[in-house]
Amino acid sequence: MPQVTLSVNGTQMTAEVEGRTLLVELLRDRFRLTGTHIGCDTSQCGACAVHVDGALVKACTALALDLDGADVTTIEGMAGADGTLSPVQQAFQDHHGLQCGFCTPGMVMAAAALLSENPKPTVAEIREYLEGNICRCTGYHNIVKAILAASGQPVDDLAASVA
Amino acid sequence: MTVQKPLPHDAAPLHVTGAARYVDDIPVPANCLHLAFGLSTIAKGRLSGLDLEAVRTAPGVVAVLSGADFETIPDCSPSAHDEPLLSDGTIHYAGQPLFMVVADTHLNARKAAALGRTTYAEEPPILSIDEAMAAGSIFEDGPRIYTKGDVAAALAASPHVIEGRIEIGGQEHFYLEGQSALALPQEGGDMVVHSSSQHPTEIQHKVADALGVPMNAVRVEVRRMGGGFGGKESQGNHLAIACAIAAARTGRPCKMRYDRDDDFIITGKRHDARITYRAGFGDDGRLTGVEFTHLIRCGWAMDLSLPVADRAMLHADNAYDLPAARITSHRLKTNTQSATAFRGFGGPQGMVGIERVMDHVAHVLGRDPLAVRRTNYYPEARAADGAPEGSISGKKKQGAVLDTADLAGRGSVRVETGTGSATRFGAVHSPGAGAAKSGVTPYGMEVEDFILGALTEQLVETADYAARKAAVAEWNAAHDILKKGIALTPVKFGISFTLTHLNQAGALVHVYQDGSVHMNHGGTEMGQGLFQKVAQVAASRFGLPLDRVKITATDTGKVPNTSATAASSGSDLNGMAVKAACDEICARIAEVVAPDLQAEAAQVVFQGGMVRAGQAEMRFEEAVQKAYLSRVSLSATGFYKTPKIAWDRIAGKGRPFFYFAYGAACSEVVIDTLTGENRILRTDIVHDCGASLNPALDIGQIEGGFVQGAGWLTMEELVWDATGALKTHAPSTYKIPACSDRPRIFNVALWAGENREETIYRSKAVGEPPFMLGMSVFSALADACSACGPHFPDLQAPATAEAVLAAVHRARGPA
Ligand code: FES
Ligand code: FES
Repeated sequence: MPQVTLSVNGTQMTAEVEGRTLLVELLRDRFRLTGTHIGCDTSQCGACAVHVDGALVKACTALALDLDGADVTTIEGMAGADGTLSPVQQAFQDHHGLQCGFCTPGMVMAAAALLSENPKPTVAEIREYLEGNICRCTGYHNIVKAILAASGQPVDDLAASVA
Repeated sequence: MTVQKPLPHDAAPLHVTGAARYVDDIPVPANCLHLAFGLSTIAKGRLSGLDLEAVRTAPGVVAVLSGADFETIPDCSPSAHDEPLLSDGTIHYAGQPLFMVVADTHLNARKAAALGRTTYAEEPPILSIDEAMAAGSIFEDGPRIYTKGDVAAALAASPHVIEGRIEIGGQEHFYLEGQSALALPQEGGDMVVHSSSQHPTEIQHKVADALGVPMNAVRVEVRRMGGGFGGKESQGNHLAIACAIAAARTGRPCKMRYDRDDDFIITGKRHDARITYRAGFGDDGRLTGVEFTHLIRCGWAMDLSLPVADRAMLHADNAYDLPAARITSHRLKTNTQSATAFRGFGGPQGMVGIERVMDHVAHVLGRDPLAVRRTNYYPEARAADGAPEGSISGKKKQGAVLDTADLAGRGSVRVETGTGSATRFGAVHSPGAGAAKSGVTPYGMEVEDFILGALTEQLVETADYAARKAAVAEWNAAHDILKKGIALTPVKFGISFTLTHLNQAGALVHVYQDGSVHMNHGGTEMGQGLFQKVAQVAASRFGLPLDRVKITATDTGKVPNTSATAASSGSDLNGMAVKAACDEICARIAEVVAPDLQAEAAQVVFQGGMVRAGQAEMRFEEAVQKAYLSRVSLSATGFYKTPKIAWDRIAGKGRPFFYFAYGAACSEVVIDTLTGENRILRTDIVHDCGASLNPALDIGQIEGGFVQGAGWLTMEELVWDATGALKTHAPSTYKIPACSDRPRIFNVALWAGENREETIYRSKAVGEPPFMLGMSVFSALADACSACGPHFPDLQAPATAEAVLAAVHRARGPA
């Protein structure tokens, strides 16, 4: 079987894969990085989103063999080495941008990709960017809020109030 | 106190780092096997041939089992024992599992499952409501009927009478984590099962049955689900049973997760329904009487359909005081997926019926629908009625001794007559025939806690309803293509399992020598924040910071005989059970340390990490040490059963609900009259969570519930073709709300008030009620369609672009 070597969260990793092996299978089944979730298997829900060479990629759509030499970051690689959460992670936690959490890794990866392209996105831009990420629990309100907060923008006018 | 604080979800740090484990993430031994089902491609008939040779010889396949491989095919039903794990030769729906493959990898199992060769003796399926009615294909012996007063007389005497009907589509749960299970064989034939299930006890019971072992040989663990919404109350049974059987036969761990398409095609969804109505009313819009007929499509097996259809009937009144009502419910058996629990559990369907009546009445009279709604509200609870009564120790006679087979399932059909005190209760609270007592539901329960008058008033102000209604009218007068609509709709939702005996919960709390607390309860975590809320309760009882309290996976070995985490009951029931256990331990500690504090045990309080009496105090840890050294148990179980409830589902009389949760939403929408496309422009919500245990989590439930409810009534459309095959079986064809579909402006506020009933810290259940706030979007869309012409638009649900366009044309009338 052919071999693929890639950098995952900064560590060089090698595995034998079939031609058809998907990146998400490589990450979950071989490297045991189970934070990358499978929600639909068909590149529509975004639960499997990771960064490949800095770009947002749905890992259920990418063939592992195509990624020889690539630099892959998964949700497990988003916090600092000492466990300090990245601003996006911290904001999702603080602003309740999650319920069941199954969409969260993909949402965090998408949000981080958005902010690296567009550090101060508008609400409309956030909404549009997240079109490929489904959340069934939150109604998205707190996800948008978390991303605004992570970008250093005020969230007050978006806030649900406690009367 | 940590209760009532807006703390983040307890697992948030795990979720944002990808460390939270779902069933498919649990590390398994290297020899773990994987399962897949081979599915029927026809909806009805007989399996005349099943050739599995190619499946058996496919790469990686270890075993293949079909119905013929069992003496008795294991049953997966939560109610009527009518769901064989694999077909016994009869085919009931397209998607029914025919055989199961056990292979070395998930992919090999799925590939092999596609190689089965089947021949069928096909029969014409019964698919639609009309086909089922024509064929008399129903569950139960006849329709269920609830009546209040004399509707025929009321309608005959009414100044106005309208008739109509509304079709209401079903809904796929689309929990983001698909169904999954993992079975690990243990010594002596025992089995440990990890399941993505809202009902671990049900899984335990069904797996034990399938394996022919007592329940004590099976332990089920549920750490969390990636969403449930009712779809994991019974639908996980098949996977858990299949895994357990394969594990028992091979002696190896076995895992199964449905691919998303399989999940759509195999599992049940929300019941779709047709509701027809006749309603009489006066010139002011006050209803005199209403007749509803519910035609509920239940699919091929009974599952939880009877209590679902019952709950639809129980919510046929929603917030409205119906002087006379007759609700008839037919539960139709069709050759489709067996419809199941889904957030609201039939309540939403029932409510849509009466909300349609309100809109229809308003249209006939040319009045503001909100005015018609308010005219019909139940009488507001008087403040003076607020004196709490009842307590967690309240004694209510339980049902008679029953067949143990299905007791833990909401679909239990054998226990209908077992809820002993219902008749007595009904006699006290039901009005006699013809007596139109105000403030009494069609099923004879007095509405004692109605707050929607004041809550609506608040929302009318905060949403600026009157001015925006006028602005919408102005817009519509000036614009031809884009029309706007606005609606404000209320929700009154009954809280309790209608199967009375399910309203119980247990908890197990340990305090360790170092003062840290560990606990378990019967509820499951699916994202709703139940663990956090219950931990907040425990921390408050012990006066400890939250980080001293740990809740671990729900485990049938820790807390037995649990009810499903469903009916919004999770924190009501389990919070109380945990409180009871904590209070027991506190009392024991107080007894030990009272002499040191020079006080009576009853004066000892637990606060701020200290155990105090007057000026004297000691650290909690020190008190715990003393109790340990005094050989006092620091472990306790807690138990809770909901007081006051009693219900006779056959007679349709009694008090099925401990209390009601309330809310209201005001939504403004815009439609494109050329294409039917539509958007939600703004939604304002005021929702009642009593004294919220955690406002942040509750607001999250409200926002998520609203969006899911709006999705159900707008874009989520299930389509079966003429052969009974589900054509919308992936997110590519089944549209659930995306980030851009949520309202442009979205304001959510919690109603400031506490539960009149003695619930945990006077909070209210919040899981399901906000779902029905989505009805405001549907009514607003109908309002926008109404702006297109003089006729009643008769919008059908879901209000897809096609449905909106059709309604626009109906409003305009014949060209
Ligand atoms: S699993 Fe990859 S997008 Fe859904
Ligand atoms: S939090 Fe459950 S899917 Fe997003």
